Amino acid sequence: MHIQDLALRFNNLLQHEGYEFDCQPIPGCPDVLQITVTNLDPLPIFLTITEQQTLCIAYLWTEEQIIEEHRLSLLESLLELNVPMPLSSFAKSGDKYLIFGALSIHSSFDDIIHEIITLHENALEATTALQTFLK
Amino acid sequence: MNVMQKLLTALRSSARELGDAIIDANSTRIFEQEITEAEQHLQEAKVELTTLLAKQLQSEDELQKVQLDIKKHENYVKEALKNQNESLALEIAEKIAALESEHNQVKQTVVDYQSNTNQLKVLIQKTERQLRDYQRQLAMVKTTEKVQQTTSTISANFSAGNSKLITAKETLDRIAKQQEEEKYKQQAADQLANESEDKQLEKKLTEAGIIKNNRAEDILEKIKQSQQND
Repeated sequence: MHIQDLALRFNNLLQHEGYEFDCQPIPGCPDVLQITVTNLDPLPIFLTITEQQTLCIAYLWTEEQIIEEHRLSLLESLLELNVPMPLSSFAKSGDKYLIFGALSIHSSFDDIIHEIITLHENALEATTALQTFLK
Repeated sequence: MNVMQKLLTALRSSARELGDAIIDANSTRIFEQEITEAEQHLQEAKVELTTLLAKQLQSEDELQKVQLDIKKHENYVKEALKNQNESLALEIAEKIAALESEHNQVKQTVVDYQSNTNQLKVLIQKTERQLRDYQRQLAMVKTTEKVQQTTSTISANFSAGNSKLITAKETLDRIAKQQEEEKYKQQAADQLANESEDKQLEKKLTEAGIIKNNRAEDILEKIKQSQQND
């Protein structure tokens, strides 16, 4: 699915299983969408489509928000949580820690919605679980 | 160095700024060109294999025909010998010799075709594996770049707009702060309600004459009593 088609689908969607969405393209980067589930705690999910996959990303925290002496424990915990966490994985880009879900480019719109909601829940749950390592 | 090692080296390079290309665009283009060429070669090799297999089948068919022809002429020899026609038998035997020579040649051709098709099949499998590996490596480089660019663009976009990129940590902190504010608001509301209840009760007690609200009179009465006691 093309990113513009996806944006249209989101904007035409009133609600899905009780969730409401706001979808905005990122200015200067038309192939990235910022999607917010408006009736959940505010956390934008960024969606982009590469040649092989649809990537949904949420930012967790930055390097400077980590308590230095707990950094190693935090990294170990991230690795340990990576497999049990449904549909999402932890990653790092620059100084930002993130959680992402990668879907096939042939995924349905419903699959993408499911991924966004799961990613939102996983992001807040994981951050709550790892809060002790953060400032 | 494999592609993951290259990516790690590039990502960890302190000189590298976020958003810089992981592998320069020219190298990526060369890599893409190599993939396109490999795909073309693969397609050509498949066409060649089809042609070779057709020729192999044709030769195998021809070999079978020569074998049947030899068998047929051997029967002719037997028949001629049975009729005691030695010269005819010899003539047929010469024909068989020629057929056997042809048989050997065709057999060699079949063996050559089999060997060539086998080699080509192995080559195609190897190229397909290599192509898949190239595509995987290119996808890895492109995805890394895409994520880097996305992060960089999002960060730049948020700083340019004077707004902040919201992380899950900040969302949670805000929720905790809101919950704390709510808790204090509730406490203040409870306190106000209690105070209001206390005041209402005091008013009722004063009106009923159970407690006196005139502090000056109380003080004066207290001093008078103290004088009397002295």
